[in-house]
Amino acid sequence: MSAMITAEWCPVGKDNFYRKFDIYQMNWDLKFDNVCVVAAQYGGPVAVIEDRKKHNAVQGLSKPTIFIYSASGQIISTILWNSGSIIELGWSSTEELLCVQSDGIVLSYDLFGNYKHSFSMGDEAKERKVIDAKFFNSFKGTGVVVLTSSFHFYLVNNVLEPKLRRITDMISTKEPPSSWCVLSDERKSRILVAQGKSLMLLEEMSTSAQPICADINSTHTEITGIVSSHDNQCVALFTDTGKLWLGSADLRVKYCEVDTQWRSKPDDFVWCGSEAILVLWNRCSLMLVAKNGEHTTFAINEGMSLCQEMDGVRLLSRYKHEMLQKVPTVTQEVFRINSTEPGSFLLEASRQFQKGSHRSDEYLRLVKDKLKTAVQQCNEAAGYEFSHETQKLLLKAAQFGKSFIESSTENDKFVQMCRTLRVLNAIRDYKVGLPLTLIQFRHLRTGVFLDRLVLRKQYYLAIKIAKFLLIPEEQGESRILALWACNKVGQTHLQDDVVAREIADKLGQAPGISYTEIANKAIDANRSQLALKLMDFEPCAKRQVHLLLRLNEGKAALVKAIDSGNTDLVHIVIQHLKVHMSLSDFLYYIREFPMAQALHLKYCREHNKETWKSIYEQEDDFNSLGACSIREAYEPKNSSTMEMILNSAAEYYKKGKSENYQSLCEEHARLLRQQRAMQEKLNTSNFVGLSVNATLKKLLLMKEHKLAEKLKQEYKIPDRRYHWVKIATLGEQEDWAELERFSKAKKSPIGYEPFVDVCLAHGNKKGAELYVSRVCDDMKVRYYVKLNLFAEAAKVAFEQRNPQALSYVQSKCYETHPDISDKIANMVAQLSSKK
Amino acid sequence: MFDGGAKTIVWDEGLIGPVSLIAPYNLLKEHEVNQMFSLSEGSISSAASRKIIFLTRALPKMMDSIAEHVHSEEQKNHRREYQIIFVPRKTTLCETRLKNRGVYGNVKGAIHEWACDFFPLENDVISMEQPLAFKELLIDEDPTCIYSAAQGLSTLQDVFGPIGKVSCQGKAAKHVFDLLKRIKLEKGAPEKMTGIDHLVILDRSIDLLSPVATQLTYEGLIDELVGINHTKITLPSEKFNNGEDPGKKTIILNSSEELFSDIRDKNFSAVGDALRKRAKTIAAEYEARHGQTMQQMRQFVARLPQMNLIKQSLAVHTTIAEMIKEITDSFPFMDSLLVEQEFMNGIDTDKIHPFIEDQIGQQVDIIKVLRLICIQSITNSGLKQKVLDYYKKEIIHVYGFEHILSLSHLEKAGLIRVQQSARPFTVLRKTLRLVVQDGSESNPTDMSYVHSVYAPLTTRLVQHLIYKPGGWRAIQDVLNSLPGPTVTEEPFCDIQTLDSSKVVVVFFVGGCTMAEISALRFLVQQEEAPVELVVATTAIINGNSFTRNFMEVLNLK
Repeated sequence: MSAMITAEWCPVGKDNFYRKFDIYQMNWDLKFDNVCVVAAQYGGPVAVIEDRKKHNAVQGLSKPTIFIYSASGQIISTILWNSGSIIELGWSSTEELLCVQSDGIVLSYDLFGNYKHSFSMGDEAKERKVIDAKFFNSFKGTGVVVLTSSFHFYLVNNVLEPKLRRITDMISTKEPPSSWCVLSDERKSRILVAQGKSLMLLEEMSTSAQPICADINSTHTEITGIVSSHDNQCVALFTDTGKLWLGSADLRVKYCEVDTQWRSKPDDFVWCGSEAILVLWNRCSLMLVAKNGEHTTFAINEGMSLCQEMDGVRLLSRYKHEMLQKVPTVTQEVFRINSTEPGSFLLEASRQFQKGSHRSDEYLRLVKDKLKTAVQQCNEAAGYEFSHETQKLLLKAAQFGKSFIESSTENDKFVQMCRTLRVLNAIRDYKVGLPLTLIQFRHLRTGVFLDRLVLRKQYYLAIKIAKFLLIPEEQGESRILALWACNKVGQTHLQDDVVAREIADKLGQAPGISYTEIANKAIDANRSQLALKLMDFEPCAKRQVHLLLRLNEGKAALVKAIDSGNTDLVHIVIQHLKVHMSLSDFLYYIREFPMAQALHLKYCREHNKETWKSIYEQEDDFNSLGACSIREAYEPKNSSTMEMILNSAAEYYKKGKSENYQSLCEEHARLLRQQRAMQEKLNTSNFVGLSVNATLKKLLLMKEHKLAEKLKQEYKIPDRRYHWVKIATLGEQEDWAELERFSKAKKSPIGYEPFVDVCLAHGNKKGAELYVSRVCDDMKVRYYVKLNLFAEAAKVAFEQRNPQALSYVQSKCYETHPDISDKIANMVAQLSSKK
Repeated sequence: MFDGGAKTIVWDEGLIGPVSLIAPYNLLKEHEVNQMFSLSEGSISSAASRKIIFLTRALPKMMDSIAEHVHSEEQKNHRREYQIIFVPRKTTLCETRLKNRGVYGNVKGAIHEWACDFFPLENDVISMEQPLAFKELLIDEDPTCIYSAAQGLSTLQDVFGPIGKVSCQGKAAKHVFDLLKRIKLEKGAPEKMTGIDHLVILDRSIDLLSPVATQLTYEGLIDELVGINHTKITLPSEKFNNGEDPGKKTIILNSSEELFSDIRDKNFSAVGDALRKRAKTIAAEYEARHGQTMQQMRQFVARLPQMNLIKQSLAVHTTIAEMIKEITDSFPFMDSLLVEQEFMNGIDTDKIHPFIEDQIGQQVDIIKVLRLICIQSITNSGLKQKVLDYYKKEIIHVYGFEHILSLSHLEKAGLIRVQQSARPFTVLRKTLRLVVQDGSESNPTDMSYVHSVYAPLTTRLVQHLIYKPGGWRAIQDVLNSLPGPTVTEEPFCDIQTLDSSKVVVVFFVGGCTMAEISALRFLVQQEEAPVELVVATTAIINGNSFTRNFMEVLNLK
């Protein structure tokens, strides 16, 4: 078996193997002689157009057609070209087809032939026409350089954000460059140009052309071709004498110089990795030249097209899509005949084991110490294989070896490789047509890779892979679904309802989905109704509300804002509605939303009192209107009309069926009126604004007993309260005689404790003692103590047979009156003995 | 935002207390905060640094103050760099306000948010420190606090892991939960395996009695009688150093003080004993220094600083306890408490109570009177129209017409109301054993000790939910009689529950009292199943602050 695998290996010098193997059988109907084939890197799509040189000859006769195929030769779309003449085709790193027209316009199309955008390479390009153009990988993405008919270069580093730069002139602008290529490093892009046999480096306008020399031994008059490697580290030059020169990008280091025996300029030559270069003369010869000068030739008898990859070259021809690459070191180690690497022995051991042969053990013994390395080698080598059989062979070997060692890292690596291969095999399927190598797969981050599947509308596969690779939902499934939805929205032939429902069904409430983005896409596609329907599903209220407001759907925004509970959002919508509606409409409208109305009321209370009241009026909220009126009545400017306002407040309360508040307001208005009258009558001020109680007290202090009596009648002051006021007033006046008369006139409804208290409060202990005997029984002990009459207190407590009261008295006189305290102790003892 | 040289902070005063819980002044100083001003008063023109940071809540009136400061600085030609930091988040309303005041240009690009919804008061207590939240919700019908609460709980999840299941009772609680669900849709659940096992959200409206009832735990009483502001209390300092040095002394009350954490949750009547016991052991330890070996002596010296600390805190708390005892032993306090407890027992709740009448007659503090009326109204499931009207008239007559809107607010909040046909409170009292007569205060077996006879309804619900068989499903009838919808143990995020200890967060929408926190702590200590409990609340409230927030006293300016 390994013999069969190594059979397709091709030695280039010693210890250096290259292999060429089939990726797909192509069944496209292309004659490679008169078409120009441009394939995108990373197993990307292929654009095909009639060869422009031949096309130019018959210019104006027919418009060309661009065909876009998948890497497996499935037709994806066609573009009927009806714009200017095409100078160059290329693919961007985001897999958009880029076309440079002779008027300097660069147009981009997606895989499906939909026009995306365009930009111009400047006025000079437009006027003087573009005669040549090249695309390149820049530090910012995909760049483009054009050469005008006046032999000036213009450069753009990133076609997505085109910023045009003029490149400095060649040493002589009289003659055209014989060949050129773009060199791009991490910071800048330069152009390596050959004019005849002289070479120079061109940068932006600030510097002048920089002549540069390559150490070419042979005599030649012209350098007819220049190409740089994928990583921009190496350069290859081809001379009119058929010499191929390989060296570093700065031309300082020379790798080798080879005589190809061909005088004509090759149809194409590209770097295969950075180790070798592949030179193509169509239908004749395909020559591989390694850096060390060793070379080999593949015989070909058909037209083909080359696509440079980071780790090899893809060859496209009528019936085949092949890959040519250097055999990876680990693969060499495992499969090379006579290899003594552990992986090789392990592979053999595994094979023998499957045959059931005892020799398995012998092989295993050979690698016993290096089993871990062996497993690693088999595992890794599996990744580089396109053939399922070989993958299985190697994985089985790795698994076999793994079972003899205990290493969780090896287990993890094995599982990881199985996963990766499963994904790689799935996307290499000709229906998908994305023939990535392991190295390319690792180089593209998973996100980019999923995007490529999405670009091909392989949503389902992308989701499956995202789940299989355990990518977090936000970056994986949710994002893909959102992209799907964005695409769905663009399909204008479908009904809004259908689209919205389909999207919602698929996306549900998956975390991290932004319906806003989808809705914005819908707005872009002029489908605001659809956008509205979609916004229903947006979980982020803020985005929802802002988008709805942008669509001028204030009402829908209000509903969403209220649902969110975010009062600030509600305020935002309210302000928006107020601007866009008449006030009356607005007020009428928000009554359906109590929360919005409440917030608006709160806002108006501070900012606009009139509106505030008018809302309550609109709502027939009479109780609130009553409260408003009361607040108004207390505003200083209304002091003279306070009664009137209070009466209107009472009116409101009446309408609001709050009779209680109505009567309180009326009563207060009446009180104010009477207080004014009193002021006049008694020729004093300070009545107005007092409470009923304070008025009563003031009258009593002024000895206006008649008026006081009248007030008591009119305001139905209960006897108890009247007593409290009267006692307090008399105390204040220290009119002890009157107090005594009052205490005897009528039985006090509040007892006689207040009498004692008021006397004590005004330092009349004698007076207090007068009333203490009339204090109710429950309170007697407490009041005797208050008067420091401990003996009496004790006596009462004893009579009441209340030991707690006794100890209370004792606690109060314990220090001051030890004699009484002793007596109390006796009493307590007596009480307890009686029990 | 805190780097780059000297700076001055201008405070929204409402933030000084809460922020000091996280960043005390010396920490700010380390970050080169040289001067601090208050937004509402004075001028910042004496600020030495060029950088001025306004730290503010998103209140329109604060924007006005900021604008005034900026304008006056501009008039004086002071070159300043302004920054505004909104806590917890900015609003368009405020930004518009700044624009209208013409200072938006001065601060544009320097507006930040500090999404701090919860401030830590204790190891097990976090608070949004928004005392007005409940009033805004009920009276202004402004649900901003619901949104902040949901945002805060969501942040809590980011820090402590996802919430496993949620139970809630009451409209506002359900609203918080609904928004929490929405936020989860927007943000996704945090990716952690363990977190908060159970979140219990309780709407203050389901239990209005607990906040107005007199708290009888040590910490609760301090809050009622002195007032605790962001764990700090201020007392006249002459109480602490034998009458010298008049002025104020600020004391920080938190669990870093061993003695305080020991007595804070006790019923006040048990505090005296605890303090005495502690004093004795400390005295004994001091005694032990005589006649010892060198080794023992060394140990003693090593322990000395700690003993001195305990001695100091003993002195402080003995003084505080004496101050409190003076009040709690007084007749007005005891008489009022007696009436309160009668109401809770359902005695004389349905008629005009002479004690309340006399209190009004003597014109005692209106808050005290209103609290009693609220308790009567709640325990009677509403008052008869006649009784309510009478009380209202009495209050207006004695305290003045300017209190009329306060009454109407209390009514709107449901703290006082007219009786409906059903009498749910009586049923609740029986089925949930809200009133426990034979509870011991010093060695309690039931959480009712925190109010001496009354167990807060909220904490009783938590007890049923977490510890009683069947949880809330077993008391569905009771829950139905409470206002608002019920959610019982609805799964929220997938988490692994550990057997070792369950994390339960109880969130009060509208504030909770110290007594409720004590009751919950008691509950957790009492039961066998290990539960780690965290109390979250919009604010710590007590009967006075709670009632006062509903007051709107009119005056002729």
